Amino acid sequence: MTHKQKVMLLRIIIAAVIMVALQFVVLPPLVNLMAYMAAYLVVGYDILLKAALGFKNGRIFDENFLMGVATLGAIALGLYRTGEYSEAVAVMLFYQIGEWFQSYAVGRSRRNISALMDIRPDYANIERDGQVVKVDPDEVAIDAIIVVNPGEKVPLDGVVVDGSSSLDTAALTGESVPRSIHIGDEIISGSINLTSVLKIRTTKEFGESTVSKILDLVENASSRKSRSEAFISKFARVYTPIVCVLALILALLPPLVIRALDITALPSSFGEWIYRALIFLVISCPCALVISIPLSFFAGIGGASREGVLVKGSVFIESLAKTRVVMFDKTGTLTQGVFQVNAVHHSKLKDEELIYFAAMAECASSHPIAKSLQLAYGKPLNHQAVTDITEYSGKGVSAMVDGHQVAAGNDKLMQQLQVAFKPCHHVGTIVHVVIDGEYQGHIVISDKLKYSAPQAIASLKQAGISETVILTGDDERVAADTAKRLGVDAYFAKLLPSDKVTKVEEYIAKQPQGSMVAFVGDGINDAPVLSRADIGIAMGAMGSDAAIEAADVVLMDDNPSKVAKAVKISKKCMGIVYQNIVFAIGIKVLCLILGALGLANMWLAIFADVGVMVLAVLNAIRALFVRKL
Amino acid sequence: MKKTYAIEVDCANCANLMEQEAKKVAGVKDCVVNFMTLKMKVEFAEGADPQAVMNEVRTVCRKVEPDCEIFLK
Repeated sequence: MTHKQKVMLLRIIIAAVIMVALQFVVLPPLVNLMAYMAAYLVVGYDILLKAALGFKNGRIFDENFLMGVATLGAIALGLYRTGEYSEAVAVMLFYQIGEWFQSYAVGRSRRNISALMDIRPDYANIERDGQVVKVDPDEVAIDAIIVVNPGEKVPLDGVVVDGSSSLDTAALTGESVPRSIHIGDEIISGSINLTSVLKIRTTKEFGESTVSKILDLVENASSRKSRSEAFISKFARVYTPIVCVLALILALLPPLVIRALDITALPSSFGEWIYRALIFLVISCPCALVISIPLSFFAGIGGASREGVLVKGSVFIESLAKTRVVMFDKTGTLTQGVFQVNAVHHSKLKDEELIYFAAMAECASSHPIAKSLQLAYGKPLNHQAVTDITEYSGKGVSAMVDGHQVAAGNDKLMQQLQVAFKPCHHVGTIVHVVIDGEYQGHIVISDKLKYSAPQAIASLKQAGISETVILTGDDERVAADTAKRLGVDAYFAKLLPSDKVTKVEEYIAKQPQGSMVAFVGDGINDAPVLSRADIGIAMGAMGSDAAIEAADVVLMDDNPSKVAKAVKISKKCMGIVYQNIVFAIGIKVLCLILGALGLANMWLAIFADVGVMVLAVLNAIRALFVRKL
Repeated sequence: MKKTYAIEVDCANCANLMEQEAKKVAGVKDCVVNFMTLKMKVEFAEGADPQAVMNEVRTVCRKVEPDCEIFLK
């Protein structure tokens, strides 16, 4: 509890004690009034002050002013008619209890969520002159050697140079099984070293490290407001003035009309109608709505980040819940992206030589195919021997290798270069190799499905996604094979990155209003598609910066079943949002009607104001619990 | 230029009001107040002096919510 909250709680308790005590003793009228006024002022003096200030600043419809008018009105009625002040004090008391509860609940969930994301490292251990000193992570340069002891957070991204250990990445990925790590492995900041000391050579500055990126993303999330939030703040803006005007009309018009027409069946005293109007004022506060909707989104986003799903704003929770089509990149998203050279066909050279030339030509590329070629060659490559590298996006590369003109790529590249090639009947990625204009054979490289991929597609179906699609640059047979094995509805093969954008656009155009198309990619070459889709989902936040930038949702690990999880979390969150909107508006309107008819008293109005807010806040907090989805 | 400021405010509606008022200040191109994270993100117009603009923003915000605070680093 903050200091402010403690003081408020004390004021509430004092006022409540006076209130309760006054129910049991009979005092002379003047003393009675003074006791009630004391309780009233203890709990509500700040509201009255704010109301006066607001009035001075020309803001007559703020809730402080309304509360002030409603309660002072009730006291005035008590003076003239009933001698009963408990309702006035109760309205103020419960209003303050509601405000207090709201501030407490919001503070709690705020802390709750920031604790989840408590991955910011406070220091880095750096070796200086043989001694280990603690420094600010900001001060550590690239290529510095840092030491991470067991139990400490890894402060910067780097490569392990000494030691092996296991890492807890739960805060980053939601994955609870520790990851084992050895010399030469890349290590990401924000994970916790569990078992033994690691020495790490840093590869990024703190500001560029994974942990800073993620914190930045989480802290700036929910600034992009959803349509529901925009609706609510607009609603709040018109709701209060409308109810106030209605209250004024209610106080004046019915008694005048009833008197003029001389209807004896209806009450005609101004006191009665003013009382009804005051009920309106109590109900007019839009708090329940205004707090519960952003809180639901905040809790939803917080719950999702605990599961390793980072959503960049509440607007994307809304879109995710409306997603009907999910399009996947294949390589690295549904498949492991770890390619293996499986066969070499029609080679006039020795197999190793063919692989050597292909690997050399592709040595500058970070594409998984290039990596698998290097892996298959198995020896270090002399990059100096490669010059004049030209990349043909989605097709392949050409380069000068050891004085030979080498081209390596797929069927399209061969067609572009007008070289006669032998097509392959194997399922896999085919790299044709041309040396000095002469076809030298091809290399078959294939990829494995991710273990969780079939499950991921199945649970998407379960989550209400009507169509899944694969978009790939790979050839027809590989795409068909993957789609069939995973149960994906459709596939489009041999797409260049720009074709993927076109396909996504086609699908978006086909969708009826209000259904969304999501694209899931691992980030390599995907940035344009990620930003074009209604929702771009980037996989593996440890990966490409451009993808994280372009995406709307970032999955911390590369498990495709997190996509279904993200959809389910969003649906739950939106469910809660709608419940709160309908519930809060519904109860308020109902109580307004009952109040106008004289069927509601002040206590019901208090419930409509404070009770509804408390229930809506509690409901909103449910959005945080998403582990079991 | 965009800057993010920490703020202190008690109620969500007040945060909305602060946002509305801040948007009207000269030199503010856009403003988003996030009640949940207690952050105010301000995009300044070309050539505006953030310090002066933010002082004005604070003044107008105090008018709608007397006990709000904007922390100008």
